[in-house]
Amino acid sequence: MHQFTIAELVTGLRNKDFSSTEVTQHYLDRIARLDNTYNSYITVTADIALQQAAAADKRLAAGNAPALCGVPIAHKDIFCTTGVRTSCASKMLDKFIAPYNATIVENYLNSGTVMLGKTNMDEFAMGSSNETSWYGPVKNPWAIDCVPGGSSGGSAAAVAAHLAPAATASDTGGSIRQPAALCGLTGIKPTYGRVSRWGMIAFASSLDQAGILSRTAEDAAILLNDMASYDAKDSTCVERDVPDYTADLHKSLKGLRIGVPKEYFGEGLNPQTAKLVEDAIKVYESLGATIHSVSLPHTHLAVPAYYVIAPAECSANLSRFDGVRYGHRCENPKDLNDLYMRSRSEGFGAEVKRRILVGAYALSAGYYDAYYSKAQKVRRLIKQDFIDAFASVDVILGPTSPSPAFQFGSKTKDPVAMYLEDIYTIATNLAGLPGLSIPCGLVDSKPVGLQLIGNFFAEGQLLNAAHQFQQATHFHQQSAPGIE
Amino acid sequence: MQWETVIGLEVHVQLATNTKIFSGASTAFGAEPNTQACAIDLALPGTLPVANEQAFRFATMFGLAVNAEIGKRSVFERKNYFYPDLPKGYQTTQLAEPIVGPGFVDLELGEGRTKRVRIHHAHLEEDAGKSLHEDFAGMSGIDLNRAGTPLIEVVTEPDMRSAEEAVAFAKKLHSIVTSLEICDGEMSQGSMRFDVNISVRPKGQEKLGTRTETKNLNSFKFMEEAIALEVERQIDVLEDGGKIIQETRLYNGDTKKARSMRSKEDSNDYRYFPCPDLLPVILDDDYIESVRKQMPELPEAKRARFVEQYGLSSYDAGQITMDKFAAAFFEAATEISGEAKLTANWIMADLGAYLNRTEQRIDHSPVTPRLLAGLVVRIKDGTLSSKIAKQVFEAICNGEGDADTIIETKGLKQVSDTGALEKIIDDILAANIAQVEGYRAAAEDKRAKMLGFFVGQAMKASKGQANPQALNELLIKKLNG
Repeated sequence: MHQFTIAELVTGLRNKDFSSTEVTQHYLDRIARLDNTYNSYITVTADIALQQAAAADKRLAAGNAPALCGVPIAHKDIFCTTGVRTSCASKMLDKFIAPYNATIVENYLNSGTVMLGKTNMDEFAMGSSNETSWYGPVKNPWAIDCVPGGSSGGSAAAVAAHLAPAATASDTGGSIRQPAALCGLTGIKPTYGRVSRWGMIAFASSLDQAGILSRTAEDAAILLNDMASYDAKDSTCVERDVPDYTADLHKSLKGLRIGVPKEYFGEGLNPQTAKLVEDAIKVYESLGATIHSVSLPHTHLAVPAYYVIAPAECSANLSRFDGVRYGHRCENPKDLNDLYMRSRSEGFGAEVKRRILVGAYALSAGYYDAYYSKAQKVRRLIKQDFIDAFASVDVILGPTSPSPAFQFGSKTKDPVAMYLEDIYTIATNLAGLPGLSIPCGLVDSKPVGLQLIGNFFAEGQLLNAAHQFQQATHFHQQSAPGIE
Repeated sequence: MQWETVIGLEVHVQLATNTKIFSGASTAFGAEPNTQACAIDLALPGTLPVANEQAFRFATMFGLAVNAEIGKRSVFERKNYFYPDLPKGYQTTQLAEPIVGPGFVDLELGEGRTKRVRIHHAHLEEDAGKSLHEDFAGMSGIDLNRAGTPLIEVVTEPDMRSAEEAVAFAKKLHSIVTSLEICDGEMSQGSMRFDVNISVRPKGQEKLGTRTETKNLNSFKFMEEAIALEVERQIDVLEDGGKIIQETRLYNGDTKKARSMRSKEDSNDYRYFPCPDLLPVILDDDYIESVRKQMPELPEAKRARFVEQYGLSSYDAGQITMDKFAAAFFEAATEISGEAKLTANWIMADLGAYLNRTEQRIDHSPVTPRLLAGLVVRIKDGTLSSKIAKQVFEAICNGEGDADTIIETKGLKQVSDTGALEKIIDDILAANIAQVEGYRAAAEDKRAKMLGFFVGQAMKASKGQANPQALNELLIKKLNG
């Protein structure tokens, strides 16, 4: 049963081939049996899941259930869930229980999905390896000594190990697409403003966007239909109708103009990864797409700009974790300053502290113009690069990450090496564009991701291009070795 | 040496919106601690702000009222600092692109003196909560009801040269925001709080002296006292050869003393940057025009209208229209009495004194416009002398009923009846033969003075109720034989 895609589960539930309770129990059993190995969940909500499954079975029996009714999914532990701990993988929020649901959680509740639990992640979504979680690292199901990517490493590992058919995730600089690449999954980060950020704990507000990790592009399209909505509670959410993202999946790619940026194939890219991406380009040509060389001349500035803007925003976003109203508070503070210093020093991990310090520095008097203002100028140039490129192509194609999954500890000593993991994904967030990663082969038995970047609100077109690729290839059907 | 005082103000005005600037929680004053703070006000993780349109409308009204440019694009920024009553660890405020740009306010200072005070800008921001240091031994309590209440902070140029001008400006600002109904003006509840920047310099010197800032003055009286005290302190320091240190000071209205709170060296680096959760707000001309059309009449316009419509002097009209409730009281009472000048005088003098004495507001006055108008009508028609009218007014204040009832029950009606007055006069003339002889023998120009004696006697005999004009006429007639 855990081999089914979301599309197959939807059909099976509707045809009464199995009940939601059966599917849910099956996944809960698998999690109980196998997740000690992967550590992909921080919290498993078995009781809630079974209650929701029973309710879904009633709705399904009544015959007027929404499409996703009864389908179990997992939520990244960055999304607030009423009555269930939302930790953001930080000691700071180890005991935090929100009195509200994130809008996307609410959307999925309304569509009758079942919540299996809350998945592991890098602390406050800061990391590319899931090694910064206070709840310990997540193992990559494809190679147990390797990272699953991050920050949505728990969501990716859970789906790759078939401990959830799909999971929600979030992407600030590549946190959906890079784990998708490293775990052989489909991952989509929608356009900034397409999905509500209400109830998603903020890392960098101008870059954060919720999205999906699934096994196929079709599943991502089905799930995005219910995740995307206009939400008046998020001022940056765009008031725009949500199309049916499954509608265009089967469209021919004949005439699709694919741009390949030469800057995405330079130094630092694993040659075997490059080879698989080039093979994928040939697949697209065979599907009728035309390939065009494009230039994104400011690509090399994306990582430096990101590592000013994201830390600057996080330095303010994380100020609320001060030990005063909720979250970790140190023992016996001797005065206010001691309360602040020890609560925050004890509650945050090293990477979070590093980014708060970098951000505070970049915003401080005398440095603001040199760092923050300059980074914002670079951000505008990067966005303009994409606007210029999309004048002549429909989709931009490249690698998702420079190389396949790496071993634990291999980049933790060198933050910059870790930051370069997101070199191809970060520009998309800076520009606010939608991006997606799909499997395009294996290197050393580890998956490699192909990235597609679309124009603003062109998620349908991206999913169409991804689905057609998956109709022509089998990479997305490969499971990690040892996963039954 | 002759010293010149230089004053600039920063005024926090709480906007009377129904809900907070970024959340749907109520802004009502006086609720139980932390009952009006929602998840957004508590800065729970994952919550997001949504700007309150009413706050923008109110700020726009303010800008139009002070002749300012309205910021067609305004941007919220985060001002970062840690304090327990600041839940997010930053205050959302405006810096580079505020909603209200440069403007000005004209003051009338009496005796025809006027003064223009320039507004540097005014920006929208959220208020913090309150830290309560009493009631919790060794700890502080936090009340977040006020957190997120919308404020406009009004920043003036250093244009004021005395406490008198600063207080006149403060009162004018109070009158503007209450007339616009964008602030309840309750200074004791912190609805308007004044920070005063003060420096002194030798008269004639161009360069400004080092300034200090006295924070959080919440009454006009304290403001006046604090300025006088600080000016005196600065002059003393300078005349003793000392230097003024740029610092923030606190004035205590109870002890009448001020102390230094922190010096400039301790000041924070607030690391301002544009708030990524809130998009720039663009106000177009149509919006600004629609706000202008909805604006209530401003004190300035009302004053002109009162001069024109009711024939009040410019000064009286200015006094009455300073307080929109006084102006409304005046219009209601005049509507009934049909006597504008007399009504205005009574409001400014006796009613004003009574309300001051009993610490009541004119909009809650137990002497209603109808009651005052009833009195004015009886003065106008000659039933009451002005002296007796004061007695009747006292009785109205004591809740003894309306003017006619009081006149009736106390028998205070003015005696204008010729027969009754003749009787009184005849008795007095008969009892004072010598004075009558003296009067009749005196030259014409001396007589007027001598008349006073008879008027006084007759008034006394009538217990003050004689109509003075009728009495005069009759007396002269009888004395002249």
